[in-house]
Amino acid sequence: MTEMVYGTLPSRDGEPILPRWWNTIDRWSLTCVLLLFGIGLLLGLASSPPLAERNGFQSFHYVERQTFFGGLAILALILTTMMSPQLVRRLAVIGFVFAFLALLGLPFAGTDFGKGAVRWYSLGFASVQPSEFLKPGFVVVAAWMISSSLDLNGPPGKTMSLALTLLIVVMLALQPDFGQASLVLFGWGVMWFVAGAPIILLIGMAGMVFLAGTFAYNSSEHFARRIDGFLSPDVEPTTQLGYATNAIREGGLFGVGVGEGQVKWSLPDAHTDFIIAVAAEEYGLVLVLAVIALYATIVVRSLIRLMRERDPFIRLAGTGLACMFGVQAMINMGVAVRLLPAKGMTLPFVSYGGSSLIAGGIAVGMLLAFTRIRPQGEIGDILLSRRS
Amino acid sequence: MTRIPLRPLARVLRARDRGENPDTIERENLRLRHEAMRDRDRTRAEGRLLVLSIFFFAVFAVVGARMGLMASSAGSEPRARAGGAAITAQRADITDRNGRVLATNLSTFSLYAQPPHMVDKERAARELVKIFPDLDEKRLVEDFTGSRKFLWIKKKLSPEQKQAVHDIGDPGLLFGPREMRLYPNGALAAHVLGGASFGREGVHSAEVIGIAGVEKAFDGYLRDPENGSPLRLSIDMTVQTAMRQVLWGGMRLMNAKGAAGILMDAHSGEIISMVSLPDFDPNDRPRPLLKGDAADSPLFNRAVQGVYELGSTFKIFTTAQAMQLGHVNENTLVDADAPMRWGRFRIKEFENKNYGPLLSVTDVIVKSSNVGTAKMALQIGGERQQDFLRKLGFFDATPVELVEAPGAKPLLPPNWSEIVTITASYGHGFSASPLHLATAYSSLLNGGTLVTPTLLARDKVEPGPRIVSERISRVSREMLRAVVVRGTASFGEVPGYEVGGKTGTANKPKTDGRGYHQDKNINTFASVFPVSDPRYVLVVTLDEASDNTGPKPRRTAGWTAVPVAAEVVRRTAPLLGLRPKIEPAEASALTLTSN
Repeated sequence: MTEMVYGTLPSRDGEPILPRWWNTIDRWSLTCVLLLFGIGLLLGLASSPPLAERNGFQSFHYVERQTFFGGLAILALILTTMMSPQLVRRLAVIGFVFAFLALLGLPFAGTDFGKGAVRWYSLGFASVQPSEFLKPGFVVVAAWMISSSLDLNGPPGKTMSLALTLLIVVMLALQPDFGQASLVLFGWGVMWFVAGAPIILLIGMAGMVFLAGTFAYNSSEHFARRIDGFLSPDVEPTTQLGYATNAIREGGLFGVGVGEGQVKWSLPDAHTDFIIAVAAEEYGLVLVLAVIALYATIVVRSLIRLMRERDPFIRLAGTGLACMFGVQAMINMGVAVRLLPAKGMTLPFVSYGGSSLIAGGIAVGMLLAFTRIRPQGEIGDILLSRRS
Repeated sequence: MTRIPLRPLARVLRARDRGENPDTIERENLRLRHEAMRDRDRTRAEGRLLVLSIFFFAVFAVVGARMGLMASSAGSEPRARAGGAAITAQRADITDRNGRVLATNLSTFSLYAQPPHMVDKERAARELVKIFPDLDEKRLVEDFTGSRKFLWIKKKLSPEQKQAVHDIGDPGLLFGPREMRLYPNGALAAHVLGGASFGREGVHSAEVIGIAGVEKAFDGYLRDPENGSPLRLSIDMTVQTAMRQVLWGGMRLMNAKGAAGILMDAHSGEIISMVSLPDFDPNDRPRPLLKGDAADSPLFNRAVQGVYELGSTFKIFTTAQAMQLGHVNENTLVDADAPMRWGRFRIKEFENKNYGPLLSVTDVIVKSSNVGTAKMALQIGGERQQDFLRKLGFFDATPVELVEAPGAKPLLPPNWSEIVTITASYGHGFSASPLHLATAYSSLLNGGTLVTPTLLARDKVEPGPRIVSERISRVSREMLRAVVVRGTASFGEVPGYEVGGKTGTANKPKTDGRGYHQDKNINTFASVFPVSDPRYVLVVTLDEASDNTGPKPRRTAGWTAVPVAAEVVRRTAPLLGLRPKIEPAEASALTLTSN
């Protein structure tokens, strides 16, 4: 009473935002993301000058752009993490609708930048790739649909989300962008798995994938050549993979030294798909292992935190985002070390690319928003257990 | 875990009885069911999330381990995968019928220069000229100092030359690996093999392509990397060597300007030996003549490309056809009264002799009577004569596997009048190659079945369609044997090998097409041996031969081609595995009696 009378009690509508944010966020993962972004800038200093030289810019043109977009991405990330899951869901659904419309409009207003696939909108100073923004929105929408189907008398969300997934996969495959299409499919599959897919069905689908792969190998020469190239023990020294392998070997444990690497001059995708090779050559195994550890920390920590989560929507959406993020890093590095067949995929936060940076920031922001510590009804459990 | 019923009917009914609202009870029940389901879902999801985390952790660990493994592995020399689009496919070897190598490949190097990388251009040019005297120093210096970035200097180097160039020590002189075609036997079988040269050339390799002979005819087969077996020809290297040696000697002795010889298996059509002189070394193929008569170039294959009037060797076809038609048999007497008049033409015999008035068919051949054959040909008629010659292959190019063969079509008179029928019956006014003749002799004398000439070794051959009956084939052989025993080819006798054959002497037509040279002959001897069991047909042709040992030059085949052919048979028949038939020696006068 006294405080009220004398006005010493600060009047607040809700809780203090920043302290609560700081106390509930997954600080380890946040640190890892920031570190990854820093490493991305560091590697950009090494890998992008050849590209800038080819395109007639100043040496660190792309590093400047990366810094700018990275700043935006971190801003977007922090803002997103501060939102409540409900707000994230609402905004993500709206964002998904816009990204979806943008994807539909690509064939009419998009450009291919001479790379053969129409994936971008050119905005003059920068280009936007709608599929990058579509992915986090899609995960949230699909998680929403699946989780609503878990309610008693809920809508048939699993079927609906599968239909949506297939529609997006077909659209992406028509661009063609098989990498993003398979990521979307993978994200949905993981959510479905966590939402309780029957094991028998999963085994059956694995068998189907195997059969489809065999069929594709036998009928498509392009596909077969990729696989053969992957399976053969010798690597043609003049292919991208050959250069990457050589770069990793050259690097050894501590690398050949900052700026001393050669691979960035011969690989056209040194700043995106094969940035890990540049890292391995100039900074050695140490940095590569650090990068791998950072990704592993983010993914595994997020998944473990999600295990405690009781809200099915948050659990599913978080799982989808974390797994998509992890698998993208995994495929990128798996290709560089020849564990996987060649497939162009960027390394999140490290590779150069404005759209992918900002979209990645938003996606990880959502993930961190979902993994924040929330009351999970433990009190109710305790009370229940006492009662019984 | 307690099961929660779908509808708590007992409680609902009780509540209804008490007048309470049953909906609250139902809602409460639904909430409980929902929570139970969520708990179930959550436990399952917890397990599956754990699986996912372990999966991701494991995969990242594998990627890290693999990265560590690659980083710590020693950098091996990068090796290109085998195959690919390189043009290094090895050309298949060519062997003779016994597998002895006629053509093979040799690794060597080409020499090229990249002037921008050269250190001392003048010195390099000077030293190069010391190694290769055929290079022009001034030109080299010009090339090196000019704007050229790349130039070939030599296409093939010997190891010594390569070392010498290496010793110049100029970084702008570079070597490109090459496969070169090597003919280890030099000029032997030069016209059969033809030759090869480089097609597309790159720094790392060059294509070897056939440019003549079987090398070109079988270019696709030889270059196909799929087939590993060499190309096996019907040529027998030993026989070929003997034949070339004898023909060379014969050509020199008889003062001929060229010679050709074909030895053919009479049953299969396989060409055991084919020689055309003068010849060349396919390792260093001369340039083709740009003007003048192609026949003067050593590249010209007289046996296949040379189309000559083959003269009296044709008479046997006329008698065989006349016998086949039943007009005559070998003993029938025919009118051979010379000279014979036909319109404004007079058909004469050699040196205006007259063998007539009547001559048996055998003697027409033995004495080589133009008039006798002409009479028989008139009885046969032009149509049937043409059909018979066409069946024997005289109207088309030979199908032998040489690129030169399709170009060598026989020269036929534009219309086949009766005078053509007469002259063709003794081989005049009508030109064909020695290979045509050898093929036709084989078909006629091997028992009467058609053969196709080939340069590929054949293992088993089905007899072709029948040309003449077996009897007529045998009678024809006996007539040819008689020519050697008591006729114009008496020099052709080789003891034990029963050679039968027919001479042919034809004047060479003048190049301007007006008439014939009186002192330039094509002398041909077409023979078969052994007569009793025909195995081989040999055709020897000498171009402008003359035997100058007598008081005046003798230019007939009997004096020139026949002795050469006899020597060929004497040398090659034992090599071919034929046993001479020696008359049994007279039994000793002494009789062994028991002691």
